Amino acid sequence: MTRQASPAIQISALDKWYGNFQVLKNIGLDVAPGERIVVCGPSGSGKSTLIRCINRLEEHQGGSILVNGTPLNDSLKNLDAIRRDVGMVFQHFNLFPHLTVKENCALPQVLSRGTSRKEAEERAMNFLSKVRIPEQADKYPGQLSGGQQQRVAIARALCMTPKIMLFDEPTSALDPEMVKEVLDTMVALADDGMTMIVVTHEMGFARRVADRVVFMEAGEIVEIGKPDVFFDAPAQVRTQNFLRNIMH
Amino acid sequence: MTIAATTPHLITLPNSSPPPKRDRRSVMALLFGDLTASCLTVLTGFMLLSLVPAANWAIIDATWATADPSACRDGGACWAFIAAKFRFIIFGTYPPDEQWRPLLVMVLMLAMVLASLSPRLWGAKLIYVWTVAVFAMLILMWGGVLGLSPVSSSAWGGLPVTLLLALLSLGLGFPFAVVLALGRRSTLPVPRLLSLMTIELVRGLPLVGLLFVASILLPLLLPGGWSIDKLGRTLAALTVFAAAYLAEVIRGGLQGVSPGQAEAARALGIPSWKIVWHIVLPQALQKVIPPLTNTAIVMVKNTSLVLIVGVFDMLSAGRVAATDPQWPAPYVESYIFVAGIYFIICFGISNYSSWLESRVQSRSYR
Repeated sequence: MTRQASPAIQISALDKWYGNFQVLKNIGLDVAPGERIVVCGPSGSGKSTLIRCINRLEEHQGGSILVNGTPLNDSLKNLDAIRRDVGMVFQHFNLFPHLTVKENCALPQVLSRGTSRKEAEERAMNFLSKVRIPEQADKYPGQLSGGQQQRVAIARALCMTPKIMLFDEPTSALDPEMVKEVLDTMVALADDGMTMIVVTHEMGFARRVADRVVFMEAGEIVEIGKPDVFFDAPAQVRTQNFLRNIMH
Repeated sequence: MTIAATTPHLITLPNSSPPPKRDRRSVMALLFGDLTASCLTVLTGFMLLSLVPAANWAIIDATWATADPSACRDGGACWAFIAAKFRFIIFGTYPPDEQWRPLLVMVLMLAMVLASLSPRLWGAKLIYVWTVAVFAMLILMWGGVLGLSPVSSSAWGGLPVTLLLALLSLGLGFPFAVVLALGRRSTLPVPRLLSLMTIELVRGLPLVGLLFVASILLPLLLPGGWSIDKLGRTLAALTVFAAAYLAEVIRGGLQGVSPGQAEAARALGIPSWKIVWHIVLPQALQKVIPPLTNTAIVMVKNTSLVLIVGVFDMLSAGRVAATDPQWPAPYVESYIFVAGIYFIICFGISNYSSWLESRVQSRSYR
């Protein structure tokens, strides 16, 4: 099996419990390189937990996850390799408030890769230009708007040159007028061919960008479909109900 | 701005006018305007009056300068005594011919402290420089090398001892405190239990008790042939004490850092000890500057308790100086002078911390 032909992410029979509560039930999902997946579903459906399992911010208890062919298990070497390949963007940005924007992007490279500071800063500026805020490089995160902070967070993740990007509700904590700038950045990233899994309620984004839309409820994948089919003719009743509730 | 141009309701603000001025009240109205104000004015007046005898004693009736102790017998404060005993209170029983050495130590200490004030310079290099500086200070005090005559630590005294104890107990206690705080938050049971026990045990003992344990019990517990001098044992007790209190302060700061910070760092592939050192700890410490300052000030003043186990710090020197039978027992003057020095040190720490706090906050947070 060649690396190119294998899926970027291969999830099979994934189970996870919080205490006695089963939050993920028998999840199976393959993501091809370059594919854009949007995961949606009501809150508490396990969609955030699912993508947090992919870089092991949460540990799963059953089933398996392979990232670029590397199994996610207790091996720290594997985990390192996987985190190198997988970037993540959080709902609340999680920028480091004691570091400037430029340092936020540069320091992680120095700490996890041993990149020289000069090279790290050059790459940081490069990606800050890509998300169109190089002029904010010397400010602290607290001095930026939410939309700008989230774009910095995207640049910070990109500085690690990931092959896969995970987005955990990237626009949910933003004021409405800032959602567009972040979504535009994500669309640009998708156009570059990045493999993406996006948990979001932005159905417009899903329709425009997603290759496939995954609908989750109560820890299960209810339906997976191409956006036009998914939105216009969903097969499952639960999907229809959910879509009716959010498309008011 | 384009926003204002496209959304007209944003620019229909009324012509802004300054807020209405409040009428100024006369001084009499402020002091005696109503019953509460009148009562407070009268009360304050009496309190001010009661200060008159103290001011009389300290300033008007005081003897400011005289070489003759008997000139000090007419009721006022005897500040001439401070002038005469200044060197003894500051340097204690350190041999007078060698007192340039503790003086140099204090100058070096002051220079190092001033050089370390700006967070810009904080880093591994500064720790090396401090280590070298502390060794230089101890060599200067001890002597025995480089042609300096040896001075046993039992002859050290006064302000240098106070400053060395405060500085070293805080400086050595801090890394221990960080380890204890991290240990207490660890998910592994053994480090957590060990840290918890250490912290609770030390906090459960009064400092005086700890000092007695260090100065009396420790020599008995150490294996034969081992000995640490009294000053070293005292320093050990102060360090452990400082570490336990600092640990709880730092733990408070660690709890204030959102778990999302470590999560983001893990997702970026940063190794865990680097996450602690570069991401979590700096933020935790920024959050606890006020209680850290508090502990530092308390520790500076706690060093005065070492007189109980016979270490000759500044307060001891002040007390002993006043027992000189030539002078009319000027304890109050001596204590006021020593208190003044403590106040200058603590006030300095306090001011520095508020400067640091405002600096950190203005740049990191809106």
